[in-house]
Amino acid sequence: MMKRDALSPSRIAAKVPLHLAILLFAAIWIIPTLGLLITSFRDPASIAGTGWWTVFPKLFSGGQYSLENYIGVLQGEGLARSFLNSLIISVPATAISTFIASFAAFGFAWMRFTGRRTLFMLLVGLMVIPLQMTFIPILPIYSKLQLAGTFPGIWLAHTAYGLPLTTYLVHNFMAGIPKDLFDSAAIDGASPFKTFARIVMPISVPALASVFIFQFLWIWNDLLVGLIYLGGKPDVAPLTVSIANLVTNRGQDWELLTAAAFVSMALPLIVFFSLQRYFVRGILAGSVKG
Amino acid sequence: MGADGAKTGGLRGVARRVTSSVVGRAIWRVVGPIGRWLRSIRWTSWAFVAPALLLIGFFLVYPTLMTIFRSFFGRSTSLFGAPFVGLENWKYVFTNDVMLTALRNNALWAVLFTTCTVGFGLILAVLLDRVKYERIVKSIIFIPAAISMVGASVVWKFVYAWKPAYIDQIGVLNAVVVAFGGEPVGWLIQRPWVNNICLIIVGIWIWTGFCMVILSAAYKNIPKALLEAARIDGANEWRVFRRIILPLLAPTASVVATTMVVQVLKIFDIIFVMTNGNYSTEVIANRMYKEMFNFFNYGRASAIAVVLLILIVPFMIINIRRFAAQEGGR
Repeated sequence: MMKRDALSPSRIAAKVPLHLAILLFAAIWIIPTLGLLITSFRDPASIAGTGWWTVFPKLFSGGQYSLENYIGVLQGEGLARSFLNSLIISVPATAISTFIASFAAFGFAWMRFTGRRTLFMLLVGLMVIPLQMTFIPILPIYSKLQLAGTFPGIWLAHTAYGLPLTTYLVHNFMAGIPKDLFDSAAIDGASPFKTFARIVMPISVPALASVFIFQFLWIWNDLLVGLIYLGGKPDVAPLTVSIANLVTNRGQDWELLTAAAFVSMALPLIVFFSLQRYFVRGILAGSVKG
Repeated sequence: MGADGAKTGGLRGVARRVTSSVVGRAIWRVVGPIGRWLRSIRWTSWAFVAPALLLIGFFLVYPTLMTIFRSFFGRSTSLFGAPFVGLENWKYVFTNDVMLTALRNNALWAVLFTTCTVGFGLILAVLLDRVKYERIVKSIIFIPAAISMVGASVVWKFVYAWKPAYIDQIGVLNAVVVAFGGEPVGWLIQRPWVNNICLIIVGIWIWTGFCMVILSAAYKNIPKALLEAARIDGANEWRVFRRIILPLLAPTASVVATTMVVQVLKIFDIIFVMTNGNYSTEVIANRMYKEMFNFFNYGRASAIAVVLLILIVPFMIINIRRFAAQEGGR
């Protein structure tokens, strides 16, 4: 009965504004990116002469698209190097921070020591601290230790900056592990480290995966920390820094800018579409306690 | 004594002999409590949290305190070579024209950005639940949250592109304006409202998906029977939304709103890439970067950073309180 009701003309008519509103949102959200994607494959003269939407009447006719712009930015503008740098920066930094965070999260969730609660509160507070508060005292130390402009330097910085949130996220998961598991491990005489390595880590894999993906994208997309600690040197600069430079120096060369932007977006998009489930779970864990 | 020492032997015997002598006893009186204290520390527990605490201490706690201290010292890049200037930097922060513009813009961002991201997120969460193509639209809305703000800024710089009226427009927005018979607008140049709002729109485009995902999860947790019961009782959709959905989503919405305000106070990438704070679009974080990297005035830069901290402290407290309440309830 409900079903027939839903199909009646009046019910469909009532739903038209709903569909229109949703379509409007979807259009506003997709058109800018679509324009960027199409433009990145057009030749410079057409880009400067006509709008990207003019390709629509002859959307699939060949000859108007090419990979020239991508070759241009990857080789000519050195974005291939930057892409590699972004990977070299994000992967180890994410791995180190997830690793250290899972240790700390276990400590905070299941170990007893003086000041545990206070320290964890401090951690929760530090989750939102403006990173701007930290640059000025750290930079001189970094230059003295010759860490400025190096990969280990930025790994450390990203690891530390990510720790409050990653520890908090992993802690939320680990605090939910049933206590019986630890009790039986304790009866078997397992040390805390053994319990951590043999029991806690394996069952935390899904949570750790969410945190890893989240943290990876955060670092991949970061501009500020890269600007500060790598100082815009092309041989170590990540994609975000290189593209920001490109916008400053070649601001009207849309064939370069659009291709460059898409190069930086490619990996996050692949990660997002293939691992959407983990990604969304990470976001939910961070905001509302599950 | 000798027999005793021989029985226990080795180290223990030596220790015994030392502690029973007069001098030994005096030393033991000092060392003993320290030893007992050292033994009372749960070293294994600390081993788990120590790496994280050391990194956080060095990269977050120490510099935060130093930056507050540094904000009372003058222009220099060395940490201890700068002259004490008292409240000079603070006077600059609250009287300089560019800084006042930055503070005004951050306020504008905070209001518009937060209202729209949370508002749109809420609307989308509720509307999308009623259609079959929910998943695909959700993905579309969420995409901008996965890419970098630098990438998103390039995307929108192209949307806002301006060409003189006598040639074809290549930016979508000006093409629409011209199609309706208008003059092309310099979206990122027209101060102070047009360009600032255009920048804020980029932020909203990026963060709405984030709000939507969280609010949608909360919405799906509301028992549908509750809404059905109200509808059967004759409540119209608006009433159901206003009286049932909204109050039930309010706690989640307030969490999301705090996150958004914190994000927006620190907003940097969009401004840095799209206008670099020119044409009255300056914001606090970008100004801090300029004072630091372009003018090398670490004193002023520190004071500006502390302004950010002061603005964010209330939200730190809110977060800590919320966490303490959750812990209490566990």
